[in-house]
Parts: sequence; structure tokens; C-alpha cells
Amino acid sequence: MMSGQAATAADQTRATVKSEAGSIPLLSARHISKSFGEIQVLFGIDFDVCAGEVHALIGENGAGKSTLMKILSGYHQPSSGKLLQNGTEIVLPPDGQAEDLGIVLIHQEFNLAEQLSVEENIFLGREIRKGWFVDRAEMRRQTEDILAHLRVDISADMIVQDLSVSQKQFVEIARALSRQARVLIMDEPTAVLTPDETAAFFEQIRALRAAGTGIVLISHKLDEVKELADRVTVLRDGHQIITTPARDLSEDDMARHMVGRDLSDMFPPKNEPDYDAPKVLEVQNLHVEGELDHISFDLRKGEILGFAGLIGSGRSALFESIIGLKQRDGGTVRLNGEAISFTSLDQARDRGISYLTKDRKGQGLLLNAGLRINLTLFALKQFERRGLIDETAEEEALERAVRRFDIRVRDRSVDVGALSGGNQQKLLLGKVLEIDPDILIVDEPTRGIDVGTKQQIYNFIAALAAEGKSIVLISSEMPEIIGMSHRVAVMRSGHLTGILSGDDIEEHEIMRYATGLKGTSPASAKGGNSH
Amino acid sequence: MQTLLRKKASQAGTKALDFKTWGPFLALIALMVLGTALNTSFLSEGNIANILTRCAFIGIIAIGATFVITAGGIDLSVGAMAAVISGVMIILMNALMTVFDSASLIIACGIAASLVLGLLAGAVNGLVTTRGKIEAFIVTLGTMGIFRSLVTYFADGGTLSLDFSIRGAYRPFYYGEVLGIPVPVLVFAVVALAGWVILNRTAFGRHCRAIGSNEAVARYSAVQVNRVKTLTYIVQGLCVSLATIIYVPRLGSASSSTGVLWELEAIAAVIIGGTVLKGGSGRIGGTVIGAIMLTMIGNILNLTDLISNYLNGAVQGVIIIVAVWLQRGGWKNKG
Repeated sequence: MMSGQAATAADQTRATVKSEAGSIPLLSARHISKSFGEIQVLFGIDFDVCAGEVHALIGENGAGKSTLMKILSGYHQPSSGKLLQNGTEIVLPPDGQAEDLGIVLIHQEFNLAEQLSVEENIFLGREIRKGWFVDRAEMRRQTEDILAHLRVDISADMIVQDLSVSQKQFVEIARALSRQARVLIMDEPTAVLTPDETAAFFEQIRALRAAGTGIVLISHKLDEVKELADRVTVLRDGHQIITTPARDLSEDDMARHMVGRDLSDMFPPKNEPDYDAPKVLEVQNLHVEGELDHISFDLRKGEILGFAGLIGSGRSALFESIIGLKQRDGGTVRLNGEAISFTSLDQARDRGISYLTKDRKGQGLLLNAGLRINLTLFALKQFERRGLIDETAEEEALERAVRRFDIRVRDRSVDVGALSGGNQQKLLLGKVLEIDPDILIVDEPTRGIDVGTKQQIYNFIAALAAEGKSIVLISSEMPEIIGMSHRVAVMRSGHLTGILSGDDIEEHEIMRYATGLKGTSPASAKGGNSH
Repeated sequence: MQTLLRKKASQAGTKALDFKTWGPFLALIALMVLGTALNTSFLSEGNIANILTRCAFIGIIAIGATFVITAGGIDLSVGAMAAVISGVMIILMNALMTVFDSASLIIACGIAASLVLGLLAGAVNGLVTTRGKIEAFIVTLGTMGIFRSLVTYFADGGTLSLDFSIRGAYRPFYYGEVLGIPVPVLVFAVVALAGWVILNRTAFGRHCRAIGSNEAVARYSAVQVNRVKTLTYIVQGLCVSLATIIYVPRLGSASSSTGVLWELEAIAAVIIGGTVLKGGSGRIGGTVIGAIMLTMIGNILNLTDLISNYLNGAVQGVIIIVAVWLQRGGWKNKG
């Protein structure tokens, strides 16, 4: 299998980025460059992953992480440079066939057949056969073995579409394990997980590491990188900035290497909250059977009201029921004092309310349409002249949005799907702000985007509040909630457990409300209302 | 680096755009060259007018289908809908002969009835699909069966014939000419032009494309998804009415075999024209060319002895598959 000569040569060239263990890496990339057409996106990258280590790959959107990851798993071929597996030069087969060599990439968007069972997914494409038929008993046995090994509470015959996001994540990992993965490459595995799920997930990763799997972890969450990774490689604009043991880098160091500048002030200064400002939105006893339990809160003019809580605590459902995307079963909503009951989003829009969805790709943007079409879709009415769309006005709006939101785009005629996540998010923000709303509800506005763009988005949000717009900030990222909000409402499984302000806005306090240690208990909240 | 990126992207952009836009047009030219080579009378004024007149029915229906398909739907009921509307028009106009003396008044009533029926049939398809949350394929398969059996029932298994005294007055709607252009061609042109403006220049058209492209995104963009989808079926229904209005004077009769397979021809015209079946991108110009091509194939086979006219459907089938293969760029990633 392994040629000693190649291994020696590899060891020499690798001296600078050698892992602590000093063993031959499971997979290593030597001076990898990659160009798409005339555009070079990777410049001489050296990257490797050894048995029993977690090697984190971090960088801003567009830094080249995905490209490198795809080269490491055979989805792309490098333009120059070479790959070595266990010290032997290798050309990886395309389209995921590298899985047969023990190199498995887990995409951010899962590659699972939703209608099939867990077992069917795990063995999809490599079913165990007995003559002409599949050997269900054997596949069932192996699936149960793997699931038991992972210590997850999923049964082999559950249908994937009925699973939660984190369970799907574990199915992907189980699938990788069933393929005897030696190298596991994961693209932002925790982006959609709750803190609890993340903790469980980390435990699995540590177990895999202990069992000798080499893990490449791509993440935007630097605290997780700090916690989990043995080594860290930072990419910026396709260049390798640094590869070093994780303990040598603080989170600030990582961020600085990623953006090439200091990010000491991640959040813009908060303007003083005005407690006498008029209430623009008053919600009382809002109720959705089985989802939201009699929720009441106010939103003031010029205020940023944070909504904290775990994923699935009902924050999105609450605002979807306010803006007409979801039916509500009870309660009143007042907009500037007037009772409203929207039945579709266009009514909310016409009253100056915008909602930025957390699902950028599934609900936010038409990925196969251009920037202009996407930008104006929400505010299309404003671009109508005598029943026809004024494309010149649309172009002007795009020009303004590109400048205002710093949307970095090579060519404005490309489809939105070709933009980086950060630029898509800025376009989406531009889209919902095109109506110049009085109330802006942003749901996970910085999910899956890089530090530099995050900071830009925080600045836009703070500036809007300073202009007198009222902002609802739904976020699962605690620093974001704490750094931005004037007041913080905390939700837990469909209940609003508390509203914090001033010095109470602090991580542990919020967590106490979010996990149910503090705040209104569900029973007493229900008792107060009959219907 | 930025400029390089821009250059590459724009090259790729124009290339794809060019083929998608001009592909159907080039195919039409190729078909015309073939037709002329096989029979010189192909390009005669009479033959061209004949082709355009004959393709007007399918063409007008296909304009409506372009809206439905662009918004991610499908309407299988249009052929049967045309048949039942023809039948009701004939029954109504024959019955009105005892009420009114004026043939033009009777015809006006027939036309009005056709438009109302088309609108209602489209609204039924649209509302059942959107309010009932049932796939359009299933709903329109159902209404196709209903419409088809209704016309058989009205005709009592036979043929409904328009009274001869009205036929004469109604004749110009199919056989007449305005400024030397056959009436059906004129109607087709007007419908196509209006369709192009609506699909490409109005908010409704933009909303159709957004829904076909990603319904959830459309919903979160304040598009009234159900309303827009229902409207596409109403547009389709009205297009069927218009086609029926010029179809009835052609034969002056309707039976259970009227309009059979029109739905598939209309969908074929839309697809040949470059509209994507799963929605999101619609091309009215392409649909017009697609409808002309389908009729032209039959015409060319009529003018030549090379291939039996009975193989018309086979040739159409091959053309549809080849057209889509070319649009998908199947020739690019060979091997």
C-alpha cells in the first residue's frame, strides 16, 4: 500500500506544517492550487490531517475553504499540487467515490433521501445483497451496531424526514462510519444544532478522534474551534495564512488572521434606549394551539428587541403568526395602537413590516434568478408604472443596494446562487429593506456568514435603530443578542419566559430563562387564561 | 482578479442566454429549410398561411400553458375543456335561434358563454389545486375526465352540429381575413403579444416565475401565491375559450373526439420553446415557435412521400426529445 520513498519525501516537504504526533498524515495536500477558468482561488495550500486529530479550517466566506474541502474529497481536482493518502500520491475519484477510500465529506446541506429510512440511507448505493435481493437483516444489524456505537436515540427504521436536524446530522455521521471513514470532512456541522445537540455532537467527535479518525472541521464558530480542534489552519483570499496548534491561538487571534485586521469592536455602540418612545407593536396573549402559549410583549420605536432561546423555542413561529404567514388562534396584536390581524404577508408589508427569514436559501432568495429580480421581489409594487415593471428603476435600486450594503459581486448578471453566503445575506437584507420598513424582524441574520460580514450587518441593524426603526433580533448566538439588544425576550418551548433589560442582559441569566431554570412556568402561564 | 471573474461570468452568461433564446428559432429555420428542400411549394404564401392558421388553436392554448407551467403547475384538462366549451357554445347558439333573430347577436352570446365557461373552468382548476392543496397533475387529470365525459353526454355519444343558418355568419371567425391576414393568425399574434408583455413586464408575470422557481421564497416575499397560481389557470381557461371561439366555425361541430391530445400538444409546444417543465422560467416567443414547429412537421410530411403521414406523431416525439436534450446542453457533456 504505502511506499516508503514517497513517505520520506512527503515528510520533508511537510516539515513546516507537521502535526505534533509526527505520524504520517491520513490525507495531505501538497502545494494545492486551484483555478476556475482564469480565476485562481487557491494558492499553494499545504494541508494535512492525521489519525486521531481534529484539524479546523477557518476563514471568511470566499476564502477558499469549500474549494479546498472539495479537493480533499475528490469533488474538484486541483489545478496543480498533489494529494497523498497515507503518504502515497493519489488522484481521488470524483463525485463522492472517494468515500470508498475512506474519505467522506459531510455537506452542509445533507445528502439524505428524505423519504427513506435511516437504514436505507446508510446503505444507499452500497446495499448488502444476498443473491438478487437485499439482505435487510444484515443491514439492519450493522445499522443498529453503528447507532448504538454513536449512542444516539434513533432507530434504524425511522424515516429521515421525521428526524430533527441534529438527528439527520448523526445519520450522516453513521453513514460515514459505515463506510469505514478514516477521514471525515465536515462543513459547519453545528450551524443548525442547538447548544445541547452541539454538546452531544462534540462528544461523538471526540470519540471518533479517540478511535483514530482524522477529522477536518470547517466552522465559523471560533469558540467551538477553540474547544474542539487540535490544529487550526486559517485561509484568507485563497492563501494559507497560518497552520498552528489550536492552543497557540486565541479566538481573537483567529478572527484577526481571518480578516487581516483587528476586530476588537465587533458590535457597534448601543444608543441609549428611550423608555418613553411610543410602542409600535403591542402583542397580547398571542396563542397558536400547540406551538405558542399566550405571549405578550411590546416593541418600542427605535429599539432593538432581542429574542433569545433555543432553536425550536417558537421565536420564528411567533413572528410568522404576527405578520400573517401563520394562523393564530387567539390574542391581539396592535400596530401603532390599531388592532391588526394579517392573513398574508403582503398586508404586513403594506403596513411597513419586513421579515428577514433565517432560511436564506429555502425561503429568502431565488437562487437561480439574478440579483435584480431578487432585490425587488418583496417590494415589486414600488417598481410598477402603469401596470408594468420599470426595469430602469429596478437597476437603479440594485445599484444603490450594491453600494449601501457592500455587495461584492463579480458580475451583476450572475445568478444569486453563485454569490457567497455573506453577499447573499447582504442582498437579502437589501431586499427586505427595499420597502423602507418601520419594523424590521431579522431571524438569525448572521447564520453561516463570516466575521467581517457579520460586523457589517450589525452596523446596518444598529444604524436602522438609530434612525428610529424598530428592530426584532431573533438569534441563537448569545454574543449577538447581548451585544446588540436594548432588551432581551427569552423564549422556551412556546412560552415567553422573561424579558430582560439593562444589566440583566447577561449570558447566564439568559440561559437560565432559556432552559427553564427561571421565569414563568408553563403551567402558571396557561392557568391565567381560558379560551 | 475581479475583472477576470467578471469576464468569465459574462461569457458564460451570454453563451447560455444565446442558445436558450435562439435555439428554438434556429430549429424552426432548419425545419423550414428542410421543408423547402423536400417540396418547393412549402414556402408558398398559401402554405405558410395554412400552417399559421392551423397552429393557432394549439398556439393560443400553449400561451396559457406557458403561464401555468412557469408558475410550476400543469393543466392536462385543456383539450377536454375546449371540447366541452365547443359543445356548450353550439347547444346554446342553436337554442337561442328561437329567441333572437339576429345571427350576430346569437354569436355574441356564444362567445360570451365561451369566455365565461373558460374563466370558470380555469378557476375550478386553480382553486381546487391551491385551496385543496392537491397536485395540479391530479386535479386537472380529474377535470379532464369530467369535461370529456360531459361533452360526450351533451352530444349523447354523437356529434353536436351548429345550425347552418348561424354557420354562415360565424364562418369569418375562422376563414376570414383582416388586411390579408387570416383571423386565427391575428388572434394568435395578439394573444402572444399580450402574453409576452404580461409574463415579462408585469408583477403578475414576475410572481409566476418566482413561484415556479421557489414557492417558499415567493411566499416569504409577500407574493400571494394561491391567488397568482389560480390566476394562471384562469389565464389558461381564457386562452382555451379564445381558441374554441375560432375553432367552432371551422367544422361547425363538436363531439367526444374534439380536442383530443391538445393538452399534450400544447405542453409540447411550451417545452420545445424552452420553458422549463418544473417551472421558474417561461418563454412566450419560444412557445409560439414551438406551436408553429409542431404544425409544420405534419405539413412537411403531407407535402412529401418520404415518410408516411401516419408517422407524424413519431416525428413530433423525436423533435420534442431532441429539443429538450439540446436545451439542457446534453451535447456538451458527452462521455
